Amino acid sequence: MIDNVVAGLSGLAAGVVYLFTQGLPNAIMLVVGGTLLYLGAKKNVEPLLLIPIGMGCVLVNIPLSELGGEGGLLRIFYEMGVANEVFPLLIFVAIGAMTDFGPLLENPRILLFGAAGQFGIFLTLMLALALGFPALEAVSIAIIGACDGPTAIYVTSQYAPHLLGPVSVAAYSYMALVPIIMPPIMRALTTEKERKVRMGSVKKTVSQTTKVLFPLVVTLVGGLIAPKGLPLLGTIMLGNFMRESGAVARLTKASENEVANVVTLFLGLAIGGTMEGHAFLKPTTLAIFGMGFVAISLDVAAGVLFGKLVCAMTGGKVNPLIGAAGISAYPMAARVVQTEGLRYDKKNHLLMHAAGANTGGQIGSVVAAAVMLSVLKGMGLI
Amino acid sequence: MNNWDFGLTMLIVAGGGTFLTLWLLGLIIDLLKRLFPLAPEKSANDR
Repeated sequence: MIDNVVAGLSGLAAGVVYLFTQGLPNAIMLVVGGTLLYLGAKKNVEPLLLIPIGMGCVLVNIPLSELGGEGGLLRIFYEMGVANEVFPLLIFVAIGAMTDFGPLLENPRILLFGAAGQFGIFLTLMLALALGFPALEAVSIAIIGACDGPTAIYVTSQYAPHLLGPVSVAAYSYMALVPIIMPPIMRALTTEKERKVRMGSVKKTVSQTTKVLFPLVVTLVGGLIAPKGLPLLGTIMLGNFMRESGAVARLTKASENEVANVVTLFLGLAIGGTMEGHAFLKPTTLAIFGMGFVAISLDVAAGVLFGKLVCAMTGGKVNPLIGAAGISAYPMAARVVQTEGLRYDKKNHLLMHAAGANTGGQIGSVVAAAVMLSVLKGMGLI
Repeated sequence: MNNWDFGLTMLIVAGGGTFLTLWLLGLIIDLLKRLFPLAPEKSANDR
């Protein structure tokens, strides 16, 4: 009888005993999870993602909870939609349904800003390789520079699943920090005269037929060039086709709301579930966070420098600041450019031009990932 | 293939491929705009 009581009590005390004997990494991650919850709930930093990620992190790090183990709830979410890439692709349908590519279509050449804004990916890839990361891990780290959470998750879950936790958290954290990261780089690389360049208003020149055909053309052309990335391109363009065709308003609305919300919840919990202390707390994680920061900073710098080049080539008709919006963090990057433009000239409204570059960055990040995957496939590495 | 060769290949082929793909898409959008221009709005007198 007494033996049974002692055994029962030891079962109740096991979690606390584990925490104090070998649970230091779990204790640290409980603090990290708590911090994510605080940032999301109290500071409004990407709350839709950081709250589920933070809660997943807390749940998986409570000793002996087994939520992240075989058959555990968080593991089930992971297997259900992250390991097979379904969740990020469903998020892409939602993004496509939410995005108005109109400002980009008004001035298609602005797509090149979306290309320049991906340059950080490739420079960071070189950096990760120089630091000794294997090829596919380096690709997964560099893709943080896409500044696009679902793309980072899609690539990493396929080719470096053990890095999924740090890569996802870094990608979403830096996306949320775009308003802090961008302005100093924009100011450092431009003169006051360049920041004051006015670009005039954007005139409406795009027909609805063009808007409807655009997603189909991107799918076809992108798919032919980079078939390995077609799931990314195809799903974002499906969402946009539904939006622009206007024929399936119910599906568009559901994609924007119910699908996006439910998938975001499961995706966040699944990612949080990968942040188990013993697996997460490694020097590699710090390196990934460092390189993610470098990647996004280089994206912004490359965009601004490309903007300066275009400014010079057009005789000062393009404000180089809009180059900084050529990343995928939509619409935050465009808003930052608008704010910076107004800071130096109260009547300089760059928002629509920046929104064009920003949607170009969205397509650019997906195309960059798709092209990278196809090149890797061509090289026989995947 | 060593890391340096791999990185340089990705920079040139994947980076260049991204740039060219987006440039090509830009050209095609321009073409679409010419093929399907925005119809001028009808004035009250035309109706």
